[in-house]
Amino acid sequence: MVTRSYMSRREVEQQNFSIPVTVLVPLGAVVLQVLLPRIFHGLAILDLPFVVTLFFAISRRSPMAGTATGAAIGLLQDVLTGQPIGVNGMAKSVIGYAGASLGSRIDVDNSMMRALLAFCFSLLQSVLLFLIERFLLGIRAFHLLWLHELLRAAANTAAALPVCMLLDYTKHKE
Amino acid sequence: MDFLRQYKNALFLIAVLLAQAIALAVQVRRPLDAAQPDGPSVRLIRMWAMTAVTPVERLTHAVGSSAHRAWSDYIDLRHVRQQNKDLQQQLMRVRIDEAAIAEDALEGRRLQAMLGFRESYVGSTVAAQVIGASGSEQSHMLTIDKGGRDGLRPDMAVITQDGVVGKLRDVFPTTAEVLEINDQSSGAGVVLASTRIRAILRGTITGRVQIGNLLADSRIQPGEQVLTSGGDQVYPRGLPVGVVESIAPDPEHQPYTAIRVKPAVDLDRVEEVLVITGTQPELTGAAQQDLAAAAAQHASDLNAERLPGIHDDETEGAASGAAAATPPAIDAAPVIPHPLPTVHPDRFTSGETPPASEMTPGAANPAPSSTQPGAPLPGAKK
Repeated sequence: MVTRSYMSRREVEQQNFSIPVTVLVPLGAVVLQVLLPRIFHGLAILDLPFVVTLFFAISRRSPMAGTATGAAIGLLQDVLTGQPIGVNGMAKSVIGYAGASLGSRIDVDNSMMRALLAFCFSLLQSVLLFLIERFLLGIRAFHLLWLHELLRAAANTAAALPVCMLLDYTKHKE
Repeated sequence: MDFLRQYKNALFLIAVLLAQAIALAVQVRRPLDAAQPDGPSVRLIRMWAMTAVTPVERLTHAVGSSAHRAWSDYIDLRHVRQQNKDLQQQLMRVRIDEAAIAEDALEGRRLQAMLGFRESYVGSTVAAQVIGASGSEQSHMLTIDKGGRDGLRPDMAVITQDGVVGKLRDVFPTTAEVLEINDQSSGAGVVLASTRIRAILRGTITGRVQIGNLLADSRIQPGEQVLTSGGDQVYPRGLPVGVVESIAPDPEHQPYTAIRVKPAVDLDRVEEVLVITGTQPELTGAAQQDLAAAAAQHASDLNAERLPGIHDDETEGAASGAAAATPPAIDAAPVIPHPLPTVHPDRFTSGETPPASEMTPGAANPAPSSTQPGAPLPGAKK
């Protein structure tokens, strides 16, 4: 007789990734983020580590894993950009947590939904960075340029769709 | 326990954020040593990360630059003849300008010597290639492929042939990070070239460069050149920083003005840089030789202008240029110029044509001793 049990949506749809993918993809995103603006300075508006953080968060659907992934990617980004360590770490921790929390409630495999999430979370990250720079670091000259942040959100959304489609192939098939 | 289990995710997030906030608080304390902006532990973390990433950056840079070099070699060969011609013309113009500037430089050095002013010239430099950037709009930093093993130290000035790029921030054994002048945490002492107003140049959060500590002054106009003042003990005096782009009231710091400066160097496209590893009170030997040669050339040009009839012995004039440049005594008697002997006499030459009283109307005039201009040559066919 087949044993049946009820499982939550999160348990059903949680995705796993191999250790090399878990380590190399975020590392590659951070390194690419450092290298791409050298080729074309306009690409500095992109935030590939953000895209990867969001992808892992909504795929794993585990807030703790999302928080840890976001923190690790953000801290590595801080180390390489010369900024105080923790600025991007804190922002991406929140993004990872929020992405994973939302990912367990809605269908995040839909491209439209992914685009909407990327756009909204990019704006959320801009606000978080503003709060951290302005109030935690006390940089009074830091302003939120809304038009620029909207452009950044659009660019991150445009990058997120193909990157997420590529990274979908790295999911463990069970 | 139920509470912990129920809110474990939120508690985990709070713990992570709290830990990072504490780490931030520790870092933003004012560093005791200006040359070491980070604490030892933070510096160690950065060094590990840089050590891990640098091989990838070097590899990418090597592959990219090889491909770029192969392509640009092909492109360059197509235009090399025209470029060579253009460069030769440019060199001629530069030599003329250099001769004129040499006199001013000599005069400036004489005045500096009289005033006991000690100038610092760029003594030694280390050439480096840019292998990485910060990749963030919030920070403007470059990674170069030279480090402490090459004699680099924090706070050394980094320049290109166009002007100032920034200064070294963190120096690791094989790499170093350059803080560009448009980074928000960057600053430099500058002087406006024509008005000689001293100011402090700072980067902004948007990656621009501006002077913000000056009151409104009608003498400051767009287009004015901005040079390093040397007062910050980082950048040697007189290096070009940029030009004034615009002047506007600073709404956040009244009554100061925000003078936006366009950097002399295209900071987004820096490929090779020079790190100034040492300065010296005298010009380098090569620079002194160049200056002496330029001065001799200038003196020769002056000599040629004063004696317009002597143009053939340019080499001799150049050799004796220094002696000829000696200014004449003020009370010397004025020299009356005498006509030089005629090289090619004709019928208009003084003494060749007989006076009119000796000439007979209708009679043939005596032929001149040389061929007249316009006359048919002997043996020429009609």
